[in-house]
Amino acid sequence: MALYSEVVMDHFTHPRNVGCIENADGIGEVGNAKCGDIMKIYLKIEGDIIADVKFETFGCGSAIASSSMATEMIKGKPISEALKLTNDAVAEALHGLPAHKLHCSVLAEEAIKSALKDYYDKNGIEYDHSQFPDCAHCAHCHE
Amino acid sequence: MQVYADNAATTKISAHALQAMMPCFEIYYGNPSSLHTVGQEAKEVLEQARETVAKCLGCQPREIYFTSGGSEADNQAIRSAAFYGARKGKKHIISTAFEHHAVLHTLNALEKEGFEVTLLDVKEGHNITAQQVKDAIREDTCLVTCMYANNEIGSVLPIAQIGAVCKEAGVPFHTDAVQAVGHLQIDVKEQNIDMLSLSGHKFHGPKGVGALYVRRGIPLVNVIEGGAQERGKRGGTENLPAIVGMAAALEDACANMDANNAKVIALRDKLIAGISQIPHCDLNGDRANRLPGNVSFCFEGIEGESLLLLLDAQGISASSGSACTSGSLDPSHVLLAIGRVHDVAHGSLRLSLCHENTEEEIDHILTVVPQVVELLRNMSPVWRDLQTGKREYIL
Repeated sequence: MALYSEVVMDHFTHPRNVGCIENADGIGEVGNAKCGDIMKIYLKIEGDIIADVKFETFGCGSAIASSSMATEMIKGKPISEALKLTNDAVAEALHGLPAHKLHCSVLAEEAIKSALKDYYDKNGIEYDHSQFPDCAHCAHCHE
Repeated sequence: MQVYADNAATTKISAHALQAMMPCFEIYYGNPSSLHTVGQEAKEVLEQARETVAKCLGCQPREIYFTSGGSEADNQAIRSAAFYGARKGKKHIISTAFEHHAVLHTLNALEKEGFEVTLLDVKEGHNITAQQVKDAIREDTCLVTCMYANNEIGSVLPIAQIGAVCKEAGVPFHTDAVQAVGHLQIDVKEQNIDMLSLSGHKFHGPKGVGALYVRRGIPLVNVIEGGAQERGKRGGTENLPAIVGMAAALEDACANMDANNAKVIALRDKLIAGISQIPHCDLNGDRANRLPGNVSFCFEGIEGESLLLLLDAQGISASSGSACTSGSLDPSHVLLAIGRVHDVAHGSLRLSLCHENTEEEIDHILTVVPQVVELLRNMSPVWRDLQTGKREYIL
């Protein structure tokens, strides 16, 4: 019995959308090195479409796979759809994660939301603040 | 190429040990406690195994108690010294900050029962000195328990010197020698060791068996109550096949120690030299006083579990002290104890070798590890920050 599903291993060993975008329209970074996970998402937005997305992740196999899968799920999609991406959907698309790794999919959801919030803030776009969780209060990194 | 480089976790059983076990299933299947001939033949095999183990440690057979493994032996040794210490009003125990959990968690339990524990600092040289032990000993110290060699970072402690300090102070000295037995020359009398724990599967013996050496005259309390086995100090029908397999493996390990170590140390040093070429990494553990097979590094900017998985995909079995491999949020207590900060402790890799590893396998590891480290660094935001100067290098 392997630790991870085949889909997780595929996205981990062949991650999609790795890298950074110069002059990105939105950048989100969540987690911290002390906890062993940092996820950074770069967005290129055209109109209300996510024209391109890249990620950089410091973390375990499931963190890298979650980042890869999450970027695939929002690439080319409208912002409104990306905002609806949940950690459950990411975990499901990966054919499941071990219970103690579910926070990796949470991190992916938050990294994307954080990048979209950055895009709104940079461009002075009005938005509903309640749809963006405050990372400082995430249970994952409490010390 | 498949490379097993996790021999500190467990070893493959040797052909000789396996062969030695088989008659215990088919011929010597009797219960050593039975009076009939079948039982007494099994008893004889058991006592031969005890003699073999005793000879390898430099003690008398009656000073060897077989257990289910290293953890049980650690529990019994520490619990015994604590019980008899408390009777004399002595409730202080000295140990080190990088012990195995079998020791640390037993000490934690004793603290809840009113004992005071001093854990010696291991930051300096990733080791302790006998002087630290000497300075920590008090009137009410009932036990010094220091591991012989560290399982994660390979530091070998100055056991003979610690033994001398304890003897002079009249304090019982226990050592968790699970990583050392079968790999380093041990003489419990010469080194003034009062109690020593060992485990069969760390030197190519079977799992589920170990032993506790206890110097004659040192009283024990039971962890497992039961029949009169093991001089009444460890109940339960003896696991004869495992005991015999362990004795056979230990005999081989001791007989071939010099030749095995010469080979393993050469492989280890080649591996350490090769990995050291990777920028921003650092060796964990004592460079000079080091287990023959231990290679332990921390890499900056990456996380250990992803490193292990990518190595595994290339056929290399290794281990890491990262939080993700333990299922907790904290990296290994050993790496934190030697002063590694969390960020760096998460990026640890342990490769532990044995005499069956080959030069070709080391070459394979030295080809794969730098590639995998680079691959992970190239997707790490921490590494980008280090490279762009937004974050300062630690290593």
